[in-house]
Formats: sequence, C-alpha cells, structure tokens
Amino acid sequence: MPTLVSHPDEVKVISRRFGMGAKEIDRYIELDGYKAVQQGIEQGPEWIVNTMKASGLRGRGGAGFPTGMKWSFVPKVSEKPKYVLVNGDESEPGTCKDHVIFLEDPHAVIEGTMIAGLAIGAKMGFIYLRGEYRYLLNIVEKAVADAYAKGYLGKNIFGKEGVDFDIITQTGAGAYEVGEESALMESLEGKRGIPRIKPPFPAVVGLYGGPTVINNAETIANAPHILLMGGEAYAKLGTERNGGTRLFGISGHVNKPGVYELPMGYSLRDAIYKVAGGIPGGKALKAVVPGGASCPVLKADEIDVGLDFDQMAKAGTMLGSGGIVVLDETVSIVEFALRTIRFYQHESCGWCIPCREGTDWLKKTLTRFHAGGGNKKDIDNIQYLAENMMGRTFCPLGDAAAMPTLGFIKKFRSEFEEYLAGARVEHPLIQITPVGEPELAAH
Amino acid sequence: MAAVANSIFTPATAARFDKLATIYPLKRSALVPMLLYSQDEIGYVSDEVVAELAVRLDLLELDVRNVLSYYSMLRTVPAGKYNVQVCTNISCMLRGGFELLDHCKHKLGIGHKGVTADGLFSLEEVECIGACCWAPAVQVNYDFHENLTPAKMDAVLADYAAGKGKNEPPSPSIGPAGTEAK
Repeated sequence: MPTLVSHPDEVKVISRRFGMGAKEIDRYIELDGYKAVQQGIEQGPEWIVNTMKASGLRGRGGAGFPTGMKWSFVPKVSEKPKYVLVNGDESEPGTCKDHVIFLEDPHAVIEGTMIAGLAIGAKMGFIYLRGEYRYLLNIVEKAVADAYAKGYLGKNIFGKEGVDFDIITQTGAGAYEVGEESALMESLEGKRGIPRIKPPFPAVVGLYGGPTVINNAETIANAPHILLMGGEAYAKLGTERNGGTRLFGISGHVNKPGVYELPMGYSLRDAIYKVAGGIPGGKALKAVVPGGASCPVLKADEIDVGLDFDQMAKAGTMLGSGGIVVLDETVSIVEFALRTIRFYQHESCGWCIPCREGTDWLKKTLTRFHAGGGNKKDIDNIQYLAENMMGRTFCPLGDAAAMPTLGFIKKFRSEFEEYLAGARVEHPLIQITPVGEPELAAH
Repeated sequence: MAAVANSIFTPATAARFDKLATIYPLKRSALVPMLLYSQDEIGYVSDEVVAELAVRLDLLELDVRNVLSYYSMLRTVPAGKYNVQVCTNISCMLRGGFELLDHCKHKLGIGHKGVTADGLFSLEEVECIGACCWAPAVQVNYDFHENLTPAKMDAVLADYAAGKGKNEPPSPSIGPAGTEAK
C-alpha cells in the first residue's frame, strides 16, 4: 500500500481528500463530493468550459495542453455519439501519481468524467487503467457501482430528466504505448495499441469514430475542484499560463520519496531538498530526470528552475508527467541511459520504422558500450540515431526515447568518454537479457 | 441464454463474458479484458481460450492472436501459482531493484520467465509498474509489495509459500455487482 506523505509547502487541492476515506461514497459526499457536477448540470456546458479555461489547467499526462481549450474543440453537433476517455494507463517510468488518486479519491475521477461529459455533450465515459492496476480497478469499479446505486450515474442522473451518463471501466494488459491517446483508443476498441495518424484529432474523430475528449486521470480529477473553487481562484495558485497545482512523484535518491501536491512553478531545488528531504547519506546530487523517463536530464547545477511547463521548456527539458527521479553522485549515467533506452526499445510498438529500428540500435549500441566494447564513434552514432528519430513517428514514443538519450549524451558526454577510457563503474547486475523475452544468449 | 455452448470457463466467468460482450458500443472492445480474465482463470491464454473468445466476439482466431501477442501481461504458457514480477526500471533500479531481482533468482533458483519445479513460483523482470515512490517494488500476481529489501522479500515469498500471501481475488464481477477486494 503506497504510503501517504505530507509537507507544509504542499497546497492541497486534488489531494485534499487523500487519507480521509473518500473512496467510500458517503464520505466523499460529506467532503463536498458530487456538488460540482450538479452545479455543472445547472449552469450548462458553456459555463463549465469557461471555468476550465479560466483555471489555466493544462494536461497532467505530460503534454500540458490547456484542458478547457481541448474540451471546446469538440463539435457541438455530431452524428456519432461523443465520448470521454480517462487515461489512467500511467506508465511513464517515475510516475505513480494517478495510482494514489485511484486509491484515495476514485469518486473525483468519476465526477470529473461526468463534468467533461456535460461539457462536450457526451453520455458515456470510459476509465481505462493500466493492467497492473487491477486492485485499483476493483476500487474504481466499486465506486462506479456505488454512484449507480445512488442514481448519480445511469439515466436521469440526480433526478434530472434527460441527463444520462454511463461509465465503463477496464484495464489494459501491459503496454506503455497504450498511454498515447490514439493507441489508447485502439486498445479500447479491442485492437493492438498502435497509434493513429493525426489529423483527424480525437476531438473530431476519436473512439468508435465519434468526437472524443481524452484526459489524464489527474486532469479529470481536478475538474470538480475547479468548478467548486472557481477558475480564477485555481489559476492563482500557479504561475502565469500554468494554473493551479499538480501532483509530483519524487523518487530515486531522496530521503522522503512520495507523491506531493505542489503549486505550479514551485522550485525544483526545494522539491528535492526541502519537500523530499534531500539526498540520503549526505551524498551530492548528480542529475535529475524531472518529469518521467522521457524528459531530458538536468545536471546538478540546473535545478534552480520553477516546476511549470514553460519554465521547464526554457530549461531545455519538460515538466512531463511530474515524475521527478533524483540521481545521486554514485549513479553511472551510461548505465542509467542503457536502462532508460532498454525500456523504450521494449515498449516500441514497431509501427513506425524510425522508432522500431532506432530504439533497437540505440539499445544494441549502448549495451555493447556498457559491457566495455564501445568506441569513440559510438557516442556520435548514438546522438545521430536519436536526432534522426525525433519528430519522425506517428506518436511521441520515438521522441520519448530520443530526448533523454540526447540529454545524456549532450550533458554527460565526458562521462561516456571517461567510461571508454576505463572509468567503468558498471552495475554487474544489469542484465543484457531484454525484459519480456526468454533468456537470450548475449551477442 | 449463454452466448457459447460448452464454454471452457466456469459458469460465473462465462456469464460475466456474456455480459461483457454487450456493454460496449462495439463488441470487440471486450477483447483485452476478456483475455486478461481468461488468463486469471485458466492460468494462461490457451488455444482453447483463443478459440472461444473468437466465437464470443465474432472475430477470427487470428484477430485474437494478433491482440494477444501485443500485451506484455498476457502469456501463452502457464506461469507459477505466484508470479513474482520484479521492477528494475529507473526508480526501482536506483533503490536496489536489480539486487532484489538477483536475490529472487537465487532464492527461487530460477531465471527471468522461469517457473519453480513445484509450480509454486515464477519470476519475471518487468518494466515500470507505477510504484516509483515506494521503490523497489514487486508485484506478486496483482498484489503490490513496496519498499522492499532482500530480507523483506524473503518474508513475502515465505508468506505466499505458506498460503498466507496477500493474493487478493484477482477481479470482481463487472458493473454494479462489483465487490471491493480490499
């Protein structure tokens, strides 16, 4: 069971009900639950969308697209049914924030889904969790069943004639790629999770060909809070163009790892040293992967930056999924890069050649390099491969593999060179055997 | 009326699948959950499972196999009764995930994807399981075990071996009759 953590610098909006037993529907109602959706029914779709726009909420899955704007893109009139799809396929290494939301406040996700449905005129929503989260699916299914029992879901919800909303919950079965929105729709349609080309965007042609809003679970769970407190009040908690707060999962070499809710723009240095209690054993910081494994690494002297989408972009990296992975001075970047790229190679769906071949060659080259068989040209080759993957695939998985690779090579090139010169601090336990494949002879 | 005569599943699962095939706007959407629930019951996705799901969802067996081969949690051979899945991705790696995997290999005497001779345990090195802040983490079947050390891991394995593991029921029934596992 995940341990809940707390720090005085936290600003609790989405985590307000964590640890308060809110997965029980009556407790959730006591804690202002299902008020926002009823307000949404009263005030209408335009009010919801405008409030969301005013909140400055940007997608918490990683891309940071303004949520209110996303909802406003859905055509008002559509021949095909419209859908809301909640992305709980949380798979970016370093990210476990949605895990805590589903565990502690599943009704907030359900209520948010209903609000999104009202905003775009959908009568059905899907909550899709990653396959590994089966115990969380059980919690969410119970919550959905409780909401049906109260008449909050189904036909004429809250006794309002003609207002219908249904929710279907399910999990995947193990695939990082399905966290990408178009692959997610494919998976939900019972197919391999392979991305679709865009345009058309899901807001126009999405699930089952109908207009679809796809939001990360944290984004969706924010909607009830925003309607209750008002868009402007939420926006004020954050920085310009980066409204509100967000959940940050701080992991790796810190004294108090955990999921913390911090205002957007909060200092990365303080997140590591104050909130997460600094680095164990008084060791020095080497690097930070600031927003999940796909984000380019920051060096120890680059952490005086605010945690919002724009400041992180300016610093040459990304806010991503809010998964901050902290590396102390003992970590070998060569090894860390190999483990990172091994993940993306394993998860590439194989649809686009630059990603399928690129991740494989990156892994092969890094594996050989790591095992001591590298040469100076490898470093340039790794960079060349990664640069040629960027922007050349249907979905961002190719970029997600290339970006951290380029980060490691550019910022820690000297370490790769020293590694060649014999300064190997290789981890003897890193297996060459690819995850998910039978034992394979090293070659 | 049952959708499939002579189903290979228990009556409860067969009834659940009858229902699953009707709740989605498109029948085929039930495929991924059905594959997973079949595996929960049979232990793996056998040829018989593939054949029955194809009939249930009006698909070709090829369609089912095509989807089956994509998802890493689905397997076509049996695993141990307790499938020990050790995460070695970045956050777990930094806090001893590889050491934990190595420990399990020695303790159980099997490698990645191996099954113990008595069929009780199998071992798998897995990618990120979404428990990064409580690393290193392991999943035994669907149960999470967090903040592990080799000693804590031994205790976890001993509990399962003694039939005292968490081993929550893998899944509730679908929809309003759902029951909570915890």
